[in-house]
Amino acid sequence: MIHRSSKIRNLKNFTAKIVATLCALLGIFFLGWVLIEVVQKGWHAINWSFFTTLPPPPGSETGGVANAILGTLAITLLATIMAVPIGLLAGTYLSEFGQKTALAAAARFVANSLIGIPSIIVGLFVYASVVVPMGQFSGYAGAISLAIIMFPVVVGTSEAMLNLVPNELRESAIALGAPRWKITFEIVFGAAKAGIVTGIILSVARVSGETAPLLFTALNSPYWPNSLAKPTANLTVTIFNFAMSPYAYWQQIAWGASLLIMTAVLALTILARSFFTESRR
Amino acid sequence: MKIATAFPHSAESERVREMPKSQDKDLETRIKVSVRNLDFFYGNHQALHSNKLDIISNKVTAIIGPSGCGKSTHIRIYNRIFELYRDQRASGEVLMDGVNILSPSVDILELRRKIGMIFQKPTPFPMTVFDNIAWGLKLHYKLSHRDLSERVEQALHGAALLDEVKDKLHFPGTALSGGQQQRLCIARAIAVQPEVLLMDEPTSAIDPRATNKIEELVESLKENFTIVIVTHNMQQAARISDHTAFFFEGRIIEVGPTSQVFTNPRNPQTEGYITGRFG
Repeated sequence: MIHRSSKIRNLKNFTAKIVATLCALLGIFFLGWVLIEVVQKGWHAINWSFFTTLPPPPGSETGGVANAILGTLAITLLATIMAVPIGLLAGTYLSEFGQKTALAAAARFVANSLIGIPSIIVGLFVYASVVVPMGQFSGYAGAISLAIIMFPVVVGTSEAMLNLVPNELRESAIALGAPRWKITFEIVFGAAKAGIVTGIILSVARVSGETAPLLFTALNSPYWPNSLAKPTANLTVTIFNFAMSPYAYWQQIAWGASLLIMTAVLALTILARSFFTESRR
Repeated sequence: MKIATAFPHSAESERVREMPKSQDKDLETRIKVSVRNLDFFYGNHQALHSNKLDIISNKVTAIIGPSGCGKSTHIRIYNRIFELYRDQRASGEVLMDGVNILSPSVDILELRRKIGMIFQKPTPFPMTVFDNIAWGLKLHYKLSHRDLSERVEQALHGAALLDEVKDKLHFPGTALSGGQQQRLCIARAIAVQPEVLLMDEPTSAIDPRATNKIEELVESLKENFTIVIVTHNMQQAARISDHTAFFFEGRIIEVGPTSQVFTNPRNPQTEGYITGRFG
């Protein structure tokens, strides 16, 4: 028997630890860089009129993104209203009713594949199937494409959260002589509530930064979003348009809007986390 | 059997106890559940082989045996909870008061009201102590708010929990201690006025003092309920049961009065298990 030198093994261990730590720091470094850059360039643009006025015409130095904020809120809210109930019930089917059936396996596979579809393809799909037949870009089309992106996320998280509910809880409700639907909606949902809410918040955060699916659907608009049946102002496409423009003031507004979205997503993520840790206690 | 169904309730059985000896013997053997030729399968694997067992009314029957011998499987047939899982099936007869509960015509929700179940881990529902019990009650009864409160209190009292939680009725059920949670589950089960209580290792997840309380509770519960308890703890079986059934590899090896099974087992396998030579 030959003794392997412990020196070399210790050295290998040390190297592995250092490399892994450096990689972690590198990740944090780039994230920090992005955050600092966006805050530095964006906070000049944030003032009262940024939240209350329409975008400035080219060359003008006063204006904001009030219409885009409202439009994004409306489109996201509508997408949430469409995706969450259907996604939640589909997740419920997978976890509580379908389980190992062929239909459940198929639905699970489709939902998982849908998560991986690039969002620009969802945008193109909605363009072809909603925008073209309707004859114009619209907020509704934008909401539909965001809903398609949200749906599989909601299905996945709600199935996962319902699966975390211990089976003993279902069995003891069944042993009391309760029908299955009542157990699902009153006991299992109650036990998984915090997790489900967390999943919904995260799915909203996930779509609030999407640009590509809105580019072909909601488009953008310099006017107030008084109808979702017409092209609708929104933050991400505004950023896209203004950042590419030659006007310094527009570029500044694009940075401001980026800061706004980043802050909102961060806030949603923190909210989701606090919900989840609260439920774990 | 005739006499048995004539005196279904404990108040009457008290009276019967004062009657002459010959009738007393009938009372002793009043059969609540009668299992015949019961086989059970997990997919293609047969877990129970022609079980035959009589559960005596208002007595505690303990089911003992090594892990994996089919104890839990056996009692999970009585309330047909196994039907939740698509690959599990039972064949044979489980007669409760003469009716085969495995028959498809049995109202399964009503069956489960009549046969309550307590599980290994306490499972309070994600709601208040009060609602934990009220939820089950509302499944089966239409009650005014006052009657509901009364029935909840009765159930808590019956589970020897009322004094400890009467100021915590609107706390979440999960805020109680493990032993209290288990008694909450017992209160929840007895609230719907079952006839049989199945207990699947009800004390294996709680500490010795809480176990003691639950054992005392079981003793008092048999006045109103017929109890079947699966246990790994042989001292527990000896302490609280009137009859004991020894299971081994899916077969019922020996059944009898607990004192006899523990002191003078007829079967060498039973003796081996009880004296700790295997299992």
